[in-house]
Amino acid sequence: MLTTDVVVVGGGSAGLAAAIESSKAGAEVLLIDENARPGGQLFKQIHKFFGSRRHYAGIRGFEIGRRLLEEAHKNEVEIKLNTIIFGILGNKIGIVEDKTHAKWLKAKTIIFSCGASEKLISFPGWTLPGVMGAGAAQTIINLHRVLPGSRFLMIGSGNVGLVVSYQILQAGAEVVAIIEALPKIGGYGIHASKIRRAGVQIAVSHTIKEAYGKDKVEAVTIGALDKNMNLVPGSEKRFKVDVICLAVGLKPNIELPLMAGCETMFLANLGGQVPIHDENMETTVEGIYVAGDCAGIEEVSTAIESGRLAGIAVAEKLGYLTKNEAYDVKVNLREVLDELRGGPFGMQRKYAKQQLIRRAAHLKGV
Amino acid sequence: MEKGLETTGIPSMEELEKTPGFPSSKRLMEGPVAVIECLQEIPCDPCETACPLGAIEVGKPITNLPELDEDKCTGCGICIPLCPGLAIFVIDYTYSEDEALVTFPYEFLPLPEEDSLVNATDRSGRPLTKGRIVKVLARKQFDRTVVVSIAVLKKYAQRVRGIVLNRGKGE
Repeated sequence: MLTTDVVVVGGGSAGLAAAIESSKAGAEVLLIDENARPGGQLFKQIHKFFGSRRHYAGIRGFEIGRRLLEEAHKNEVEIKLNTIIFGILGNKIGIVEDKTHAKWLKAKTIIFSCGASEKLISFPGWTLPGVMGAGAAQTIINLHRVLPGSRFLMIGSGNVGLVVSYQILQAGAEVVAIIEALPKIGGYGIHASKIRRAGVQIAVSHTIKEAYGKDKVEAVTIGALDKNMNLVPGSEKRFKVDVICLAVGLKPNIELPLMAGCETMFLANLGGQVPIHDENMETTVEGIYVAGDCAGIEEVSTAIESGRLAGIAVAEKLGYLTKNEAYDVKVNLREVLDELRGGPFGMQRKYAKQQLIRRAAHLKGV
Repeated sequence: MEKGLETTGIPSMEELEKTPGFPSSKRLMEGPVAVIECLQEIPCDPCETACPLGAIEVGKPITNLPELDEDKCTGCGICIPLCPGLAIFVIDYTYSEDEALVTFPYEFLPLPEEDSLVNATDRSGRPLTKGRIVKVLARKQFDRTVVVSIAVLKKYAQRVRGIVLNRGKGE
């Protein structure tokens, strides 16, 4: 049976960054992804990213993906695509290659960077074709170059809702409105201003009541919410739409870490159940690490840095880096992560991450 | 409805005047100058190195708001396409006797044509006045963010932040 130093599960921004760092340090790295292309969500991100220059700020997402991929190739990361993991048994990983061949791999260490899934909300009519996740709409439009409709309603004003709305306009369709149940816009003001300048309404304290249509979405009713989140009678408005996008948050993909026995805790500010990890990104199971959205919903810049941190920590664990060599790099990465989690938008995530790390320390009896 | 960035997505004049990236009215009257409409502390700093004159400072931590040194700024506009948030504009109140020039980032197709008359829109995308497209600048290093300059009557300059082109559906 093939034994690899490091198996990285998921080739998005965190996984690529982790694989690059471990490989650079000398470890043998195998990156597994179920998709036909690596890069995770990066290749559908056509907007310029925020962050610092060190995190490729100002560069469009797909270009960041291209650069990370190039770096991974340069550092001889082996990438196995179209490969699904069906099970984790100790240090053995069961995979299905090309949807046909099942086999087991052995790994000394595993880094789970399996990303996140979209959360959904239900309402009358939500099963009609035309109701989809905002991320799904973004994939259909930016990767497959197909417009799923001409009049969109966006539910949720977080950064995903705002950014995808802007990209729907760029693709040539109309966004009738963005509605938000909370009394405040969830995402960055800058994204909100950009979409307002393009003529799109954002209605806070509003929710969807019902979607209508015979075979697909044809119309929708929205209504205002009072401060107890109850629908204000008589505030309903009905209008024509053919796509309803749900941008109501993301949750970490924790199925594989759970299968590996990693303990989790519920942290709303990180998207729900999150694998408990220490400051090296190591979970409660020795030799198993997490990085990126899989370790709590954040942003691309933090995903990349947490991936690097996991990659370095793994290389140290395997003896490719001495304690001293790893120390400075890890301290630096933690400082960068801390800075990225600053400001009013990052604070809650910073506290939640501290809670995870404290819990890990408690469980490991440090 | 309540005013302001957090509830409407549109920064109010009061909010804008409080941000360190917003030039004084005295400086605005003296000639082209950057107007940085960045009001929330988010981790982002490309504007700082975009400016060849060192007129924008973010410093540490990276969540600081960008601060404009209005005396150093010449209103060259190189920062406009380099701000990933599309939040920087340049206003030139000295453009002509009765017009000011508003320069803004634009990421839609089709692009406006130079010398055409188009609807200039405010921060909510509503048409405010007609304006004349003076310049449409598309450069490789701008990475597909086009920089558009429009001449509008001076009294509209502080409100005009974009354009809407007739897409055949009436405006």
